[in-house]
Amino acid sequence: MNLRRLFLLPAALVTGLLFLVPLGIVLVYSLMTRGPYGGQGAPWTIENYQRFFDPLYGQILLRSFLIATETTVLCLILGFPLAWFIARSGPRRELYLQLVMLPFWTSFLVRTYAWVFLLRDTGLFNTLLLALGIINEPLPLLYNHGAVLLGLVYCSLPLAVLPIYSTLERLDYSLVEAAADLGARPFETLREVVIPVSAPGLRAAAFLVFIPALGTYLTSDLLGGGSTILIGNLVQNQFTTARDWPFGAAASLILMGIVLIGMKLVTRKGEELM
Amino acid sequence: MRAPILTLYAVAIYAFLHLPLVILGVFSFNRSKFTHWEGFSLRWYEAALRDRTLLESAWNSLLIASFATLLSTAIGTLAAHAIWKRSAPWLSTSLYVSLVTPEIVTGVSLLALFQIVFRVLHLQLGMHTVVLAHVSFCLVYVVMVVLARLRTIDASYEEAAQDLGATPWQAFWQVTLPMLRPGIVAAALLAFTTSLDDYVITSLVAGVDSETLPMIIYGMARRGVNPAVNAISTLIVFGLGVLIVISQRLEHKA
Repeated sequence: MNLRRLFLLPAALVTGLLFLVPLGIVLVYSLMTRGPYGGQGAPWTIENYQRFFDPLYGQILLRSFLIATETTVLCLILGFPLAWFIARSGPRRELYLQLVMLPFWTSFLVRTYAWVFLLRDTGLFNTLLLALGIINEPLPLLYNHGAVLLGLVYCSLPLAVLPIYSTLERLDYSLVEAAADLGARPFETLREVVIPVSAPGLRAAAFLVFIPALGTYLTSDLLGGGSTILIGNLVQNQFTTARDWPFGAAASLILMGIVLIGMKLVTRKGEELM
Repeated sequence: MRAPILTLYAVAIYAFLHLPLVILGVFSFNRSKFTHWEGFSLRWYEAALRDRTLLESAWNSLLIASFATLLSTAIGTLAAHAIWKRSAPWLSTSLYVSLVTPEIVTGVSLLALFQIVFRVLHLQLGMHTVVLAHVSFCLVYVVMVVLARLRTIDASYEEAAQDLGATPWQAFWQVTLPMLRPGIVAAALLAFTTSLDDYVITSLVAGVDSETLPMIIYGMARRGVNPAVNAISTLIVFGLGVLIVISQRLEHKA
């Protein structure tokens, strides 16, 4: 066995035994029937997938899509000007970029918790507003769609800025100047020059934000409470509380399928995110 | 957009990204149990440091993160080197798919695997399953960071070493590895912080006696007011922040 094969072997074992095989097991489970006391077995069926056409679950899928789309659009709109600012700020741009990424790398859980601390009934916002006499009753800021959206945007914004920045950094600024010299208004320059050039970055950003947002579990759980069940929460619930593994497995694979389609769409032009 | 407006905008976004964490940090020093400011106090840090469950979970987290980091860094570095030399498309693709797989899916599929294996072997979920799960999701980060570093290194160094009579292993160990060191350390720190922070996968594959710090924090955050969470969270953000700054320094060092 040559050295290269030897070097690949442990990683191949880890990826195979701890990623591909488990996914295969989930695939098999998704085609089984739930036993009377949990567990799973014959008969084989595709009923678990058909259940997704039930309006109740269709609604969960739709809600997940909606919130992931909203998160993505907001992150692109909020992230683009910031990425532009960083790309145009000369020698300081490394520092500015790191200031965006630093909170991102610290702790997802703590950053989500920070918003619980700010938004709940006895949280900082409500306490302040009550103390200032602006409101008499705490506002219901937490445990709703808006809170989940805020949490998702807050956590994913750095992920959107990074790829947009890397395409804007390579943008030849003389193109922008040329457009202006030729009489283009700023908005036209943006639409005709800047956006087309940064399209790969925008696409990568959309993917990096959309996919985790679609599968979110922690954010919707902590900030949405029971009010916003998303597909991630559905999967978790089926595997823990409801103990309907076959249905949970089918839900995971539907989620996985959407991710793979998204990945195919983003990387079709041979763009590598890795 | 004119520059002053853009600058103002950037300041606002930076405030949005950093202020929630800063506020959490400030209120971790609040004497009051509630969100009224009643003066500076270290009581919540004291409470946190005297909490047995909390300390045990922190210890579990550190232990798991250390093992997961050691294993994933070693395995990932070797794999990155092999991919760099001649790409292994199947492994790259699998790793890439694992990177984009939602955590909850990774979590439940590992749970399904462990359940089957353990039924056969009569074992139970515990620290070992958490370590295995963490190795599997940290691996791709290590490969990414080390590979990025390798791509800045000229492959002909190794070839030269081999022309001068070194075995492939000697060329790797004595020539490439020393040049790779900053990248490997950066990758290890990234794996370490990712492992320390994980809740979704960990909570699914942890046994009853292997609660980690994120699991405790999650429980406290759900139950409601407990300023000790603010104290621990501040410690975590600060600790991880320092590690991340070190890792980025290393990554960007030429």
